[in-house]
Amino acid sequence: MSLLTLQNVKASYGSSKALFDVNLTVSEGEVVALMGRNGMGKSTTVKTICRMIPASGKLIFDGQDLSSLGSHQAARLGIGLVPEGRRCFADLTVTENLVAASRHGPWDLARVAALFPRLDERKHQRANTLSGGEQQMVAVGRALMTNPRLLILDEATEGLAPIIRQEIWEAIAQLKNETGMAIIVIDKSLAELGQVCDRATILERGKTVWDGAMTDLTSDISERLIGV
Amino acid sequence: MIRERTLNGLVLVLLLAVPLWAMFNDQPFTITLATRAVIFALAAVGLNIALGLGGLVSLGHAAFFGIGGYAMGILAHHAQTYTPVMELPFLIEGTKSMPVIWLVAMVTSGIAAFLIGILSLRTAGVYFIMITLAFGQMFYFFSISWAAYGGEDGLLIYVRNDFPGLNTLVPINFFAICFTILCLVLLLNGLLARSPFGLALNAARQAPQRVQTVGLDPQRLKLVAFVISGVITGLAGALFADLNRFVSPTMFSWQMSGEIMIFIILGGNARLCGPVVGAVVFVMLEHFLGGLSEYWHIYLGALLLLVVFFARGGLVGLIAGREVAHD
Repeated sequence: MSLLTLQNVKASYGSSKALFDVNLTVSEGEVVALMGRNGMGKSTTVKTICRMIPASGKLIFDGQDLSSLGSHQAARLGIGLVPEGRRCFADLTVTENLVAASRHGPWDLARVAALFPRLDERKHQRANTLSGGEQQMVAVGRALMTNPRLLILDEATEGLAPIIRQEIWEAIAQLKNETGMAIIVIDKSLAELGQVCDRATILERGKTVWDGAMTDLTSDISERLIGV
Repeated sequence: MIRERTLNGLVLVLLLAVPLWAMFNDQPFTITLATRAVIFALAAVGLNIALGLGGLVSLGHAAFFGIGGYAMGILAHHAQTYTPVMELPFLIEGTKSMPVIWLVAMVTSGIAAFLIGILSLRTAGVYFIMITLAFGQMFYFFSISWAAYGGEDGLLIYVRNDFPGLNTLVPINFFAICFTILCLVLLLNGLLARSPFGLALNAARQAPQRVQTVGLDPQRLKLVAFVISGVITGLAGALFADLNRFVSPTMFSWQMSGEIMIFIILGGNARLCGPVVGAVVFVMLEHFLGGLSEYWHIYLGALLLLVVFFARGGLVGLIAGREVAHD
């Protein structure tokens, strides 16, 4: 049984339609790549899952209809988001960023510190004084502190130095292997997605145009639909 | 630059030392001035929880100050006239017991803050400022029209209320009560700011939509902060009424709300002892310059301009520098 189901989801920003027919399923413990060229609706799909914008169609998470819920209620159900552009709480320290988001569960400060030892060294530093990579780790750690069942990473490695990207990808792989957490990853790096993801869903102009196992994603399909 | 924690300690020691000096030198008026500063500081510490932590620019906190004041005034008035506050549906007697009066003041101002908050927090920015101002003015005009409790003339209380084991008519004793309450509230404020609730509130002030994605409801966080803020300001109002032994609609006025906000801006928004420093400076200016000219507010305005332009962290920020994490 799938943890998250999106069926015929449509969404718009005011009068401007962004999603026309998105279909997506994520099962427990599965890592799904949400792919597509720029502006095809990947981040909008994430926003509809997190109830940041209204949408029509079927949105089911763990058997519950998401469409009537607010953003904080969806998060309380167990949807953790690492938003595009990091977006830490700038005036709070690393520890404060994590504590502010904490909810009861296996993820706590010690476990986040074990995943990102670098954060432990910077725990008393304000988020706005950290490097981009460290801020990204705070954003991932903050989402984990909500103890989600589904973690969504929206362009988590964008604009980061290669060594930091590597650390983030290793953390995602570790989450997959050690926690069995369901994860949706949006990223442009096909090689790294191929290493951690079980399945892929490709969007084009607000519609799901391909869905299947990562191993079935041939270079022909990816070149045609993603341009990579 | 000195650390903010050291500065906070110095401020409180000085605030305690002045009335002690006055007691040994037989200067009761100085003790009363210090008590006035402490009570104003308490009101401003209350507002600082909403404003500094929650980013809620309330121009209606005089409503809670006045509710606290009138809670004291009404209970003490009935106690001194030996008449019940109400007989039906159940009997409520007046009282001169400070702890009971404080409890009533805190509960009533808390209920008012909850109701005002629920409605006001549907808005933001300038609309929030205006709606809180409107609520404050509603209470102001209601108190003017409330003839049973003095209407525009206010209500005179002939006795100082009682505190178990202390003669509250001795100025230093009443100062000690107010100062202890201020210290306890500052401690609560400090703990609150570092608690998960305080951090979440701070985060909600910075980015309301972002906190929702971690499962927090910014409206609920702000409402709780607004109620805590109103309760503390209400308690300050009860103490202020006890200090003056007089309550009047002035306690509800928008000027009162403005003054409480001025204490915070002068001392430093979101700084733990910012409101204390602001209230002390205000009372000193009021006393020393008010003796020279009835237009002393001109100088206050000039000081406020200087602080806003050149010391955005208020006087505390000017002395202690930018707030350091975990300081």
